[in-house]
Amino acid sequence: MSHFSPTAAVNYFFNYFLMKGVLVTIGLTVAAVIGGLILGMGIALMRMSSNPVLSGFSRFYIWFFRGTPLLIQLVVIYSGLPQLGIKFSVITCALVGLILNEAAYLAEIVRSGFMAVSAGQREAAWALSLSPWVTFRRVTLPQAFRLMIPPLGNSINSLLKATSLASVISVEELMRRSDMLMQEHFQILEVYAAATAYYLILTSVWDAVQRRLEKHFGRSNAAKTRRVAASAPVAQAGVGARA
Amino acid sequence: MSEMSMNTASGADGAAAQPQLREVPAVRMEAVYKHYGDFTALNEVDLKVARGEKIVVCGPSGSGKSTLIRCINHIEKHDEGLIYVNGIELDHQRKNIDAVRRDTGMVFQSFNLFPHMTVLENCILAPMTVSGMSEAEAKDLAMHFLTKVRIPDQAEKFPGQLSGGQQQRVAIARALCMRPKIMLFDEPTSALDPEMVKEVLETMKKLAEEGMTMLCVTHEMGFAREVADRIVFMNEGKVVEQAAPEEFFKNPKSERARTFLDQIIH
Repeated sequence: MSHFSPTAAVNYFFNYFLMKGVLVTIGLTVAAVIGGLILGMGIALMRMSSNPVLSGFSRFYIWFFRGTPLLIQLVVIYSGLPQLGIKFSVITCALVGLILNEAAYLAEIVRSGFMAVSAGQREAAWALSLSPWVTFRRVTLPQAFRLMIPPLGNSINSLLKATSLASVISVEELMRRSDMLMQEHFQILEVYAAATAYYLILTSVWDAVQRRLEKHFGRSNAAKTRRVAASAPVAQAGVGARA
Repeated sequence: MSEMSMNTASGADGAAAQPQLREVPAVRMEAVYKHYGDFTALNEVDLKVARGEKIVVCGPSGSGKSTLIRCINHIEKHDEGLIYVNGIELDHQRKNIDAVRRDTGMVFQSFNLFPHMTVLENCILAPMTVSGMSEAEAKDLAMHFLTKVRIPDQAEKFPGQLSGGQQQRVAIARALCMRPKIMLFDEPTSALDPEMVKEVLETMKKLAEEGMTMLCVTHEMGFAREVADRIVFMNEGKVVEQAAPEEFFKNPKSERARTFLDQIIH
């Protein structure tokens, strides 16, 4: 006998218990993005530093966290660290794991963004005697940020879905609460249909936000495409011109 | 050693027959070296530029012309020798570098306008954050100089919407907004389409007529002939010869300058 009850699926979608799980998923994602960006920015700065200890540490960090599964990282933080006497609450464990992991990816995105800003921009800032802070804040960061948005968007999309791994260490986010409902009612397809719908909604909302961001930060660039011929040498000339 | 005694000591410097007594030169370089690995970009360069003087630096590619003027505002760090700009020694100390950069404006081959800011924002950034001007003051100043380079109507546009010639004129206006005493031009017309070269050179000529001290790396020999007080010819990191334009173009002293001129003047 095969059956699928759309009504049940809709009911699960409006299930208060599941909705609270959605809020936890959103909270985990937002906190991990913010924490990951701050830490990732620091890791990226270290990676670009001329100090071999700093850049070496940063290289190791990125290699380690990008080279191991998030699932293992979460389990080690949750179940492994207590063996060494280090204990966090469940939600803290999930956040620490997600932030540490996300920072490794974001660091590379931040670094590539800054490296793509031409040396000529920094030279122009020096020539105008702008302070290092103004140069960073007003000249390099906005240009680097515009280049970072597309890969940043991808990374955040992945992160949103990766929060489901926190279910394994018993964080009651969307995935975990779906499991709980499923085990209670055995309506497997109906429950996961509701969960899937929520994930799709969340990723779609994020897509829309990302498009807005790209449009906002790309407005000078949109202007540029109208005059490709005039701006082509600007984009590429960079440092190459030395007599 | 004081700047004054240095000045009086060297009368036969360049085209200006009269040494300018009691005046600190705009730029003074003594035995300046710059290396990139094994490559010697500047090889014992001596140069003195008087206030108000217009210098055109020319020479084959790789001769060190750009490096020379990039050392003057410390965008490139010289390895040995002394550089004084308006009497301030460029000794790699932060406060001296800042002081020199406030006295010098630079225009680049690739314009280097900030693409995410409008023309006006490009012009007011440094006056507001470095000179501490109010936004209204800075805007007035920017409009003054944008009018001077004849593009006040483009103030609200982004650099990418302008032609190369317009962008370079914005770059000149942006530099002028810091009221520099010396302007450095690093091949300002080399990245431009041919029909846009003239408008930029005209702007530079106007600046020269107003008495600005200028050092200009360029291959525009017509401009050099018309505007320069002195031509500095470089080859392999050395200043090979310096002379007034008519002298330099009529009978260059060095063999290298002769072959160079043969190549570029058709």
